Amino acid sequence: MIRVPLPRFARFDAWRAAARDLASARIPPEEVTWADLDTPPDLFGADPLPAPGDHSVTATQDFLQLARQVASHSDPERWSLLYTALIRAQSDRRYLTNPADPMLDRLTRLAKSVRRDIHKMHAFVRFHELPSDGPRRSFGAWFEPEHPILEAGTPFFAKRFADMDWLIATPEGTARFTGAGIAYDDPAPRPDLPDDANHILWQTYFANIFNPARIKTNAMRSEMPKKYWKNLPETRLIPDMLADAPRRVQAMRDAGATDAPAFAPRITARLRQQPDDSLPETLDQAATQAARCTRCDLCHAATQTVWGTGAPTAPLMIVGEAPGDHEDLQGKPFVGPAGQLLRRTMAEAHLPADRAWLTNAVKHFRFTPRGKRRMHQTPDRPHVEHCRWWLDLERRFTAPRLTVALGATAAFALTGNRKPLTPRRGTIEPAFDGGPVLITWHPSLILRLPPDRAPAALAELRADLTRAAELTA
Amino acid sequence: MAQRTLDQKLAILSDAAKYDASCASSGTTRRDSRSGGIGSAGGSGICHAYTPDGRCISLLKILMTNFCIYDCAYCINRVSSNVERARFSPEEVVKLTLEFYRRNMIEGLFLSSGIIRSPDQTMGDMVRIARMLRIEHGFKGYIHLKTIPDASPDLVAQAGLFADRLSVNVELPQDASLRQLAPEKRPETIRAAMADVRLGREAAKDRSHSGKRPPRFAPAGQSTQMIIGADAATDRDILTTSANLYSGYLLKRVYYSAFSPIPDASAALPLIKPPLMREHRLYQADWLMRFYGFDADEIGAAHPSGNLDLAIDPKLAWALANRAQFPVDVARAPREMLLRVPGFGTKTVTRLLAARRNGSVRYADLLRMGAIMSKAQPFVTLPDWTPGALTDSAGLRARYAPPPEQLSLF
Repeated sequence: MIRVPLPRFARFDAWRAAARDLASARIPPEEVTWADLDTPPDLFGADPLPAPGDHSVTATQDFLQLARQVASHSDPERWSLLYTALIRAQSDRRYLTNPADPMLDRLTRLAKSVRRDIHKMHAFVRFHELPSDGPRRSFGAWFEPEHPILEAGTPFFAKRFADMDWLIATPEGTARFTGAGIAYDDPAPRPDLPDDANHILWQTYFANIFNPARIKTNAMRSEMPKKYWKNLPETRLIPDMLADAPRRVQAMRDAGATDAPAFAPRITARLRQQPDDSLPETLDQAATQAARCTRCDLCHAATQTVWGTGAPTAPLMIVGEAPGDHEDLQGKPFVGPAGQLLRRTMAEAHLPADRAWLTNAVKHFRFTPRGKRRMHQTPDRPHVEHCRWWLDLERRFTAPRLTVALGATAAFALTGNRKPLTPRRGTIEPAFDGGPVLITWHPSLILRLPPDRAPAALAELRADLTRAAELTA
Repeated sequence: MAQRTLDQKLAILSDAAKYDASCASSGTTRRDSRSGGIGSAGGSGICHAYTPDGRCISLLKILMTNFCIYDCAYCINRVSSNVERARFSPEEVVKLTLEFYRRNMIEGLFLSSGIIRSPDQTMGDMVRIARMLRIEHGFKGYIHLKTIPDASPDLVAQAGLFADRLSVNVELPQDASLRQLAPEKRPETIRAAMADVRLGREAAKDRSHSGKRPPRFAPAGQSTQMIIGADAATDRDILTTSANLYSGYLLKRVYYSAFSPIPDASAALPLIKPPLMREHRLYQADWLMRFYGFDADEIGAAHPSGNLDLAIDPKLAWALANRAQFPVDVARAPREMLLRVPGFGTKTVTRLLAARRNGSVRYADLLRMGAIMSKAQPFVTLPDWTPGALTDSAGLRARYAPPPEQLSLF
């Protein structure tokens, strides 16, 4: 038998060096004993490490990472398991790539248990402030992990608490940090940690965020196992908190509702704006009222009412269908891709934005959610009809000489005519209120058309907008 | 009134955490204190303790003040409540955060507040606290600010520069209930605030012409919270609202908080036992939407009432209602379908796909890879397992539901 002694600290590197040498001589796993500090001496004595052989030894990064974690487990078999896996991986390159393999399963479980213990160390170490005579504050903690994880668990604290001195003492050893690196020492008895006023404050916090009406002790214990409790300042409060919970809930129930303090109604009266149902007298009043519109159900999912923009006294009104994703988020019409195309085409048609009032037939975005995206949906007839109230008000206050309807929904909202758009494109129809409506394509249609048909439609839109500019010149 | 001690204030102002479900501290930018300051963040957050109500403590979750001029019926701090009031100074919040942080009790601060004087004044004070932590103390830990929806966009923009996460609570799943129970709040301003945060985050990702990256804006994203069981909304309504919120504002999380009776409750609400199982089922359903490719409607449609089955989990309920799609052949099924098998989690499916490349996968292999085969049995076929008539058997639901309980005779 070959006996390989492993030191208290830097154990993984020692194992790795020895394992590489042994594997290079293809020493079979059953001929090696890996000896931790607490492994009893071999009864029959043992052979020392032989000289390295001439076989090459390879290990994947995945294996090394797994092995490094397994090395921090308390299972005394871990070293020989890892060596067995290493030897097998030399003859089978795909060994340890199959999650259904029992060896990978076992190593994965050991590694998982170590990761969990390290995580719990990061969570449950509680520092006490120690007296300090230098410029840096000093803290100390006692922690009892399940596995020998001191070296694996402490670099986290060096990154997090770089501006203070700290020590973490465990049954396995002590880690000490004073600004440069972490120094590891042999185990020492549990240090005397002074009382710390902030631990009392922490207990106050812990006791007061507990809701006595909800008790889920299993959830608590599965994440904060009792083995860690003895070194946490807050856990000693738990029995009393639980015992008192039913009384507190009952007291709440018995107390019932109380009378509001006298000042409360005065404050809320000042804050609560009564909904204004009077007929708006200006465009601004209409906009304010529309911001709270609940005439149809689109308002529940859409972000906000998207009111028109532009020049309120302009001779031209341009009406689109409904806000899209971008318009809904920004609260402004025609800011998405179709809106940008419209604005570009308007400029080409010598129709500056300040010569028009731009708005939509429906003022709320209609969509269906698809994962992280919102798919646009065309508004239905009732949506258009409910929203016509606002469109009519906009028309009354802006009094356009000509209106351009972009697409079928806008044409329907303005004229009440739902016939197909193709024969109507480029014609002028009367609106409900008698004003002329020039019908053209919606720019979003042009964006959706195949490349062979889009240029013609775009030219038609440009021609219609040019005509609108001329008619309102 | 005598001056309260810090301990007394903490007792009063930590009360908010009792009713607030959100506490995550994960997914922000990676940073630590090796180049100065204190603290670290990034990766997955750490829960430093658990309360007996099963919720974790990751952040110091406190109110700046519990004085409030709003009158939301579900909130203990509403103006018409007789609860004891207190107010932290910004320095006190900063000190508590840093001292708890140094003792490794928290990952950072989750700051919320009652609304005093005006939304802008309140939001301005919260931003000041975050600025003191970040700039004066070099704090690298996690900061979550609960945005006041009516505050000016400028203040929200500043908050996004200091905070890892911003949240705006929708409070209730349906607009009508919010208008009724929280008459000073408006659903449209709440959603507009969420849209502002989304736009702020997107703007911070665009590099300028010189290729310089703008300062990060709320790198851990935004979240929201809904109270469950205070109004009549069904689970289907709730999940639809969540789906709208996830897609519209790219939220990291929607938190569901079972409505708890509060001391000095408003007469508008019943003093009910909190529907904890419903809350749990909603979280499971939310998970299915975010990681398993389910639609809100698919999950909600599994039961005609529009509510989730409380006895079995929503994935199992969906599978039982859609048995025509089962059993699934584990050797051939695509990832999307494997994700729909009850008892298979995302990790199991990833392992399963890796194992499939190495050869045929058998029953015992699936057990080793973490599949809950007691659940999956009727829904899969394997080289050494076929469910036979089990998939369509009438008593299938009864195998999973807890045994019926004798009703009390008294």
